[in-house]
Amino acid sequence: MVSKVTPHLSQNEPLLFERSSPGKKGYQLPPLDVPSVDPAGALGAGNVRGELKGFPEVSEVETIRHFTRLSTWNYAIDLGLYPLGSCTMKYNPRVNEAAARVEGLAWGHPYQPESLAQGAMEIMAVLERYLAEITGMDAVTLQPAAGAHGEFTGILLMRACLESRGDARSAILVPDSSHGTNPATARMCGYEVVNVKSTSRGLVDMEHFRSLLNPSVAGIMITNPNTLGLFEENISEITRLLHDNGSLVYMDGANMNALAGVSRPGDFGIDVMHLNLHKTFSTPHGGGGPGAGPVAVKRVLEPYLPTPRIVLKDGTYRYDDNLPESIGKVRAFYGNFGVFVRALAYILAHGSDLRNATMDALLNANYLRAGIEPYYDLPYKDRSLHEVVFSDAIQTKLGVKTGDIAKRLIDYGFHPYTTSFPLIVPGAMMIEPTETEGKQELDLFIDAMASIAKEAEENPDLVRNAPHSTRVKRVDEVTAARKPIVRWEAAANDQ
Amino acid sequence: MRYLPKSDSERTEMLEACGLSSLNDLIAHLPPEVLQAQALELPPGKSEYEIMDYFRARGDRMANGYASFLGGGVYRHYRPVLADVVVSRSEFLTSYTPYQAEISQGTLMTIFEFQTMICQLTGMEVANASMYDGSTAVPEAALMAARITRRSRILVARGVHPEYRDVLRSSVKHQDLPVVEFGFNLESGEIDLVDLESKLDESVAAVIIQSPNFFGVVENTKAAAALAHQHGALLVSVFTEAVSLGLLEPPTDADIVAGELQSFAISPSYGGPFAGVVATKMAHIRQLPGRIVGQTTDADGKRAFCLTLSTREQHIRREKATSNICTNQALIALMATVFMAIYGKVGLRELAMQNLAKAHYLEDGLERRFSGPFFNEFVLRCGSPEALNEALLGEKIIGGIPLGRYYPELADSMLLCATEMSSREEMDSFKRVCAAQPESLLAKTTA
Amino acid sequence: MSNYPANFRYTKEHEWVLVEGDTGAVGITDHAQSELGDIVYVDLPQVGSTMTQGETFGSVESVKAVSDLYAPISGEVTAINDSLAKSPEKLNSDPHGEAWLVKVKLTHPDEIQHLLSAEDYQSYIEG
Repeated sequence: MVSKVTPHLSQNEPLLFERSSPGKKGYQLPPLDVPSVDPAGALGAGNVRGELKGFPEVSEVETIRHFTRLSTWNYAIDLGLYPLGSCTMKYNPRVNEAAARVEGLAWGHPYQPESLAQGAMEIMAVLERYLAEITGMDAVTLQPAAGAHGEFTGILLMRACLESRGDARSAILVPDSSHGTNPATARMCGYEVVNVKSTSRGLVDMEHFRSLLNPSVAGIMITNPNTLGLFEENISEITRLLHDNGSLVYMDGANMNALAGVSRPGDFGIDVMHLNLHKTFSTPHGGGGPGAGPVAVKRVLEPYLPTPRIVLKDGTYRYDDNLPESIGKVRAFYGNFGVFVRALAYILAHGSDLRNATMDALLNANYLRAGIEPYYDLPYKDRSLHEVVFSDAIQTKLGVKTGDIAKRLIDYGFHPYTTSFPLIVPGAMMIEPTETEGKQELDLFIDAMASIAKEAEENPDLVRNAPHSTRVKRVDEVTAARKPIVRWEAAANDQ
Repeated sequence: MRYLPKSDSERTEMLEACGLSSLNDLIAHLPPEVLQAQALELPPGKSEYEIMDYFRARGDRMANGYASFLGGGVYRHYRPVLADVVVSRSEFLTSYTPYQAEISQGTLMTIFEFQTMICQLTGMEVANASMYDGSTAVPEAALMAARITRRSRILVARGVHPEYRDVLRSSVKHQDLPVVEFGFNLESGEIDLVDLESKLDESVAAVIIQSPNFFGVVENTKAAAALAHQHGALLVSVFTEAVSLGLLEPPTDADIVAGELQSFAISPSYGGPFAGVVATKMAHIRQLPGRIVGQTTDADGKRAFCLTLSTREQHIRREKATSNICTNQALIALMATVFMAIYGKVGLRELAMQNLAKAHYLEDGLERRFSGPFFNEFVLRCGSPEALNEALLGEKIIGGIPLGRYYPELADSMLLCATEMSSREEMDSFKRVCAAQPESLLAKTTA
Repeated sequence: MSNYPANFRYTKEHEWVLVEGDTGAVGITDHAQSELGDIVYVDLPQVGSTMTQGETFGSVESVKAVSDLYAPISGEVTAINDSLAKSPEKLNSDPHGEAWLVKVKLTHPDEIQHLLSAEDYQSYIEG
């Protein structure tokens, strides 16, 4: 039974360009208080463009209706559970948005004098300190713009450190359950990727791991808890063996929501890691960005951090860009400052009780697991932390696959879980509820999953052809890829 | 805690359903040595009221109440109210990347509109759904050019934003893609075509220029493109001031355009988050990094949108991906989309005209360092930029960016910017301070 | 049941080659296209480049997967099938005919001995 949602009408809306009509305006500029300038004279006639062909002309009222109507075609955390595994789709507190819009911060220019930027610099310095405390690391750079960018920065730091020891080495170990960004990042930093197998329990295969250790290994990129939501129980041994081998240990912090306040990567031997402020620290995903991917390091890697760094001297914050061993800049200015404000607001809200959020995240994942396990195959049975990975093994026999179940969840009023990842689980269904879900919402989700399992037995076509309730049915991705239409073009006779 | 929607009795009930008796049972299986012994050393949790207070206090220690002539990649433009209204809609703010097309058509269609308007602005045929920012878009464009040409050297103009060049160097350092700089004409501030030509050879994948460049000077894109193409290299044209495209000829001769959209209703926000973009010709679409939205139909034949050509991305190709970047900057790009919709065809040009007029008013009577045509930024020769800025601060004016840090030969100069938000009064005050300097900085009086 | 032409030779990576004189035409098998699903793009080498038996020379893409193409035989590429750029769907509809990928001038014609016959290939994919 579908109890979370009821179908209702949604407004149709054309593209902006189809709303356009010459002379309609959504703007009004104040009168120019200086003499106007002839563009051809100032810029040279050849540098002045003709009409902006195709650009829309719409009114303010149409503009707000346009975007409001479009917004209603989206699902959102504010509408309910968004159980994408590894994405940590938690509630985005609105006070964070208000804080980021405080005038002096929102209108801060990165080149304004340090004497007029002390507020922003303090925010960054405090956030760095808090992130170091939460991760158990010694120093933090906030500069990387997102998680993958943080990974890239982290591996550059490792490489710079190893180069200073005389040999950058050539290979990075990557467990086969890792995110696709890890191997892509290692390649971008000039390393060969060597895959490490997982055991039947879903953890790093220690025997295989040991066999791969040799002087060419620069380090490992490990996710802990891994993408199966399992804690790597041999992590201390793994980091010790790597250090003995002269290698460094990178941790993908995508799953830090399982650890904050419970366990600190710095305490189990991690040398460098990134954090996703848009996951663990509640800043909004915004339909795919912006994020921020700060990188936390141990002392040994600190000299290589991107320039500039913030230093506090005699009560005044200053930028230090005299860092001869630095890897340089990975992004202009200081990073996604507006995201830092939001993340700090989140940390301030939880404060020293941040652990409680983590514990609720673990409770929610385990509660969902217990509720769903009777209906779906659970390939790895160790205790879950913040997420759980089921497979479609039972339903596949009925001709229903993970993607079908995911689409059917939409009809029940939920966003689907992550499908087909991690790659080591065929037909994976990766579920992460986060701590910001209440029991009622979780119960509705369990009911939905149970009901879909029953539908798969009784009426598999119902599931296979889902969703049935959305504005658009399944979209033709094949034609989209074969004959890409990637921009609107006026019909020939309109021009 | 207000973000944790559970009562203790619900927690107990849920633990029971898991066969557990306490929350600590959830971590009992972790190796004891990894468990954190002490509580986090953080202050006690704060109320909403205290949080706002905290940030207002920090905001007050910024540049409130100051006039500013800073540009250099971050510009003060008026932000239409609708931009924040739209991005504050929960359905845009709190949604994920639109992988599930059926319940993401809103985000997908706005991105399609974004891609279209970027193409219309730049004269390109396909744009991605945005990237982190302008600085990180540049190495992506360079790598793309290397893949297309199968060549392995990059020439970048010194007139490209210095921080963008820093990012380019650190980003491609380990990809066998050496970066070589070429100079600018000391008189005009434009690229030095002779220097460029002397460095071009069969190994060059791309020539990267910026227009208007870091000095505010409009470059001769056509000439640069012709030279690059003669040698089989691609031309990458970078922009940091998107408003200029309302008035300037689009860089149609370039093969790849990489830019920053901060000017389009995106708060300066002390340097980010911003939205970059890379656009190109259809022939190169397979090498374009980042997400792309395409138009298609649904099972009933209705128009629909979806992410497309995703096989270029890291979650499928892993170590063979074109880039390790996952995210675009959807919400920030949405601000830019709303901005473009509101100003539209006529408004964007009018806005650009106002910027042109303000900057030329500011420049009038001052000693400009370069003679090349400029849009809303120009380089002022002023003896000691630091001394002038100090004097301006006394009048609650933030002056320009001293250039010596990036260009030792321009240590006597600063970069100034005026936008539609620079009032005549502020600009007159600026000139008064200049005139009052011990060695007058007004060209007319020094002459 | 698919029909695998007897005059083709096949690889375990699901490519075929048809040798005529010193030239070979190369494609992917019907089994390969059916496993890949709807093919949306094919990346082919440039004319004049060389390929080596067993090594990758390009890739084919479906919506959500990319598969490398492995050279069944060594040689210099003398022609590529341009029509696939516009109509990749031909790889699904006629993989053994109209949708050949490249033609090569063989440098090691005896390599063909290492390839599977139609009968062997058929039993390989069924096994």
